[in-house]
Amino acid sequence: MAELPEHLQKRAAEARAKASGTPSPDAAPAAPPSGNGAAGNGSGGNGSGGPGRDLDAEAAQYGVPRALLERAMFARARKDGTAVPQLVGAGAPAASASAGTTAGAGSTTVTTSAPAGPPPGVRTQRLLTVVKAGAIQGTTREPTDKVNVWPHLLAIEFVALLGMLAFLTLLSAFVDAPLLEFANFNEQPNPSKAPWYFLGLQELLAYFDPMVAGVIIPGFGLAALAFIPYVDRNPSVRPSDRKLAISIYTIFFMAAAVLTIFGSFFRGPGFNFTFPWRDGIFFDDLLTILGHE
Amino acid sequence: MSGLGDHIRNSQVWTSIFRPGSPMRADGGDSPRNRAYVVMNNVLYHLHPVKVKRHGVKLSYTLCLGGLSFFLFILLTITGIFLMFYYRPTSPQAYIDMQALATDVAFGQLVRNMHRWGAHIMVLAVFLHMSRVFYHGAYKPPREFNWVVGIILLLLTLLLSFTGYLLPWDQLALWAVTVGTNMAAYTPVFGDQVEFALLGGVQITADTLLRWYVLHVLFLPFIITIFMAVHFWRVRKDGGISGPL
Ligand code: HEM
Repeated sequence: MAELPEHLQKRAAEARAKASGTPSPDAAPAAPPSGNGAAGNGSGGNGSGGPGRDLDAEAAQYGVPRALLERAMFARARKDGTAVPQLVGAGAPAASASAGTTAGAGSTTVTTSAPAGPPPGVRTQRLLTVVKAGAIQGTTREPTDKVNVWPHLLAIEFVALLGMLAFLTLLSAFVDAPLLEFANFNEQPNPSKAPWYFLGLQELLAYFDPMVAGVIIPGFGLAALAFIPYVDRNPSVRPSDRKLAISIYTIFFMAAAVLTIFGSFFRGPGFNFTFPWRDGIFFDDLLTILGHE
Repeated sequence: MSGLGDHIRNSQVWTSIFRPGSPMRADGGDSPRNRAYVVMNNVLYHLHPVKVKRHGVKLSYTLCLGGLSFFLFILLTITGIFLMFYYRPTSPQAYIDMQALATDVAFGQLVRNMHRWGAHIMVLAVFLHMSRVFYHGAYKPPREFNWVVGIILLLLTLLLSFTGYLLPWDQLALWAVTVGTNMAAYTPVFGDQVEFALLGGVQITADTLLRWYVLHVLFLPFIITIFMAVHFWRVRKDGGISGPL
């Protein structure tokens, strides 16, 4: 149970020897201070330096593997810059005896003797690794002022929904959708116009080659729109920091609106220029709205 | 009387429909916990989180434009299904059915009007929604991709509207679509193929009508629904509504 994998023990031993530079515990199997032995030195003092410790006894008492206690002991000593407490009790000589004091750094503290397992009924766990805190996706979130969706947002949405429904129903009650004569392939109305959202493009047809006006400009336009987030690298969302982006968008938006209005109202028979107030409106959906039909 | 109401609201049927926390329930009084439950214990949780940023519920922030686009889509689906009961995508039947809608079908003209004007308003709403998103810089990281999804939604909205335009099979429909598809024929290299695929032939025929009908009532709504699901999901995953400015 308490057995750590061999390679980990080895690595720990090396690290310990390098970091502490302290004499290994087994170098001084000194006499145990009386009163601090088998009874378990639970009464504090075993944290730093202090008197010797009997790790086997502690392991048995707390149900913590001896190897972990040992590791903690060294870690604490290193952290506090204090000497490693001397080991006492059965485990100390056993450790040095079984592992053998090797050459070089001479610090072999690894115990390979079968450590005392936890007392029956005590479950122990081994810490394999510590995963640093941090999400897979790094989203930083500042604390924000929040409100409940119900009722605050849902009430607004419901009102907006009812408002839109009322508006649409009223509009539809008073204005009929257009229905002209049966489709006739032999009789092209003059002018023939696309739906209004394409009239900007149809207006462009008056200036450019159809390939440019009908395919290249709308194609590049859509692509340009889609690429906006990857082209605009400015992180700020404050309007005062985004003057260029806002100007460009506004110019294109206005241009599209002007072209659409032009194509809708200022183009008559033959798609020639016309004044709506002089020659009338050539825009079928709107004609029905105005009741001219 | 109130005894009967209590009896109904405590019945198994009622409590099985309205989940805990609902104001419809006998124990659904107003409390912070129940306010959370209203959303959390509900299919609504697929669309909304329990809480949103305070500035996000200000009408002046989103102008409800995204939500209204969605609502219009729902309305168009409902009215569209109604219209499907009375419409056959063949020539000349389509045109006859349109006329019958105005004369023979209860509320037929009203529903047709709602469908048509609703479609126009939806195109407008989506354009305006896009502009409000732009002016808020709401396409900036981490929302770049949701903007791209939005562009796809814009394109699909236009296509839905345009395919619907042909269906009345009148002079307006025929020639507006002629103008539109003539432009597509100028696509470099593949122009003829594009036009052929769009029209189901070399010119507009009854085959085109059937093709656009299927696109309009089945294919495009299916696709746009998927993209809307992605769109809404991303709004939440990207940290809710953007801002404040
Ligand atoms: C069928 C069309 C669309 C529907 C139903 C729709 C729906 C929505 C809804 C409900 C929201 C939540 C916030 C709000 O209401 O403003 C939203 C946010 C957003 N939409 Fe759309 N949208 C559509 C099209 C578009 C288009 C065309 C674009 C841009 C090209 C776009 C980009 C975005 C972005 C970036 C957000 C996040 C905004 C933020 O966090 O402030 N959407 N959309």
